[in-house]
Amino acid sequence: MDEDEWYDEAAGPLVRPYAITRGRIPDSEFELDLATQVMAIPSTQDPVGLTPEHLAILQLCKRPFSVAELGVYIKIPIAVVKVLCGDLIERGDVIVRSPTQPEQAPDYELLQAVLDGLHKL
Amino acid sequence: MVSTNYDAGTSENVIPTPVKIVVAGGFGAGKTTMVGSVSEISPLSTEELMTQASDGVDDITGVERKTTTTVALDFGRITISPHTVLYLFGTPGQDRFWYMWDELARGAIGTVVLVDTRRLDSSFAAIDFFERRKIPFIVAVNCFDGADQYDEEEIRRALVIAPHVPVLFFDARQRESSKLALIKLVRYAMSKLPKPAGMVSSAG
Repeated sequence: MDEDEWYDEAAGPLVRPYAITRGRIPDSEFELDLATQVMAIPSTQDPVGLTPEHLAILQLCKRPFSVAELGVYIKIPIAVVKVLCGDLIERGDVIVRSPTQPEQAPDYELLQAVLDGLHKL
Repeated sequence: MVSTNYDAGTSENVIPTPVKIVVAGGFGAGKTTMVGSVSEISPLSTEELMTQASDGVDDITGVERKTTTTVALDFGRITISPHTVLYLFGTPGQDRFWYMWDELARGAIGTVVLVDTRRLDSSFAAIDFFERRKIPFIVAVNCFDGADQYDEEEIRRALVIAPHVPVLFFDARQRESSKLALIKLVRYAMSKLPKPAGMVSSAG
């Protein structure tokens, strides 16, 4: 047995979620949404100082992935995903794109594009 | 306000714009079913068994066959185009997860409120929530097998829905039916926006 796998899934996570973030909560500055798209910028990554969870995000985000999907695939709470993505934004390792916010509701052309897309399904 | 779209010049070219639609409704109204019927990925969720633990917490009259419910996130994805990706988020069905609704609704196109005619009262809370926040919503009556059939006027009266709010009857299990519900919502949301000058539109 690989010595990294001496426990099984039934044991539950060995690291409590908020230990991964060292107790930090999401930084509202970034306004990350569940649907925010995250994409890694390959050339800039230097793994020093990154946790395995940061690296897992960078690995998945070779193509755009949502915050919600990252939570499911890496099996960490959404709040933790947001903290880690905030770190990666600050380091310049990822770029993100969020849904429009209430003060700038989805515009007409965007809704028309969604409507056209739904008709084509 | 700090922009969330860092290096916007680059991100606009390579990252699709995410848009959201919320699927709300009471416990067992068919939210997960609807998300699953139109999503291009299996609905992703953290579901927990609601069996003994739910005794005395959830009223399961009329939903005897449902043994699990969504307790955290439940969502699907539809790639609209290379530039736009639509996420469908099912609201957590129980009152103790209400804190998540605000985030789900923020910046969303609007909401499809699912109604199960056997349990009309379980959709009151959702209708009230989106009405108060002035988020466009439509009411989609999920036509369960064996449930009593009501007409639109009866549903409107029972739920006290404003006349301008669209109501449709549909089957959450059918992809085409769920798709039509989404189309109806997007059209309704568009009808509430000022049309750009010179643009001919089919919305309404």
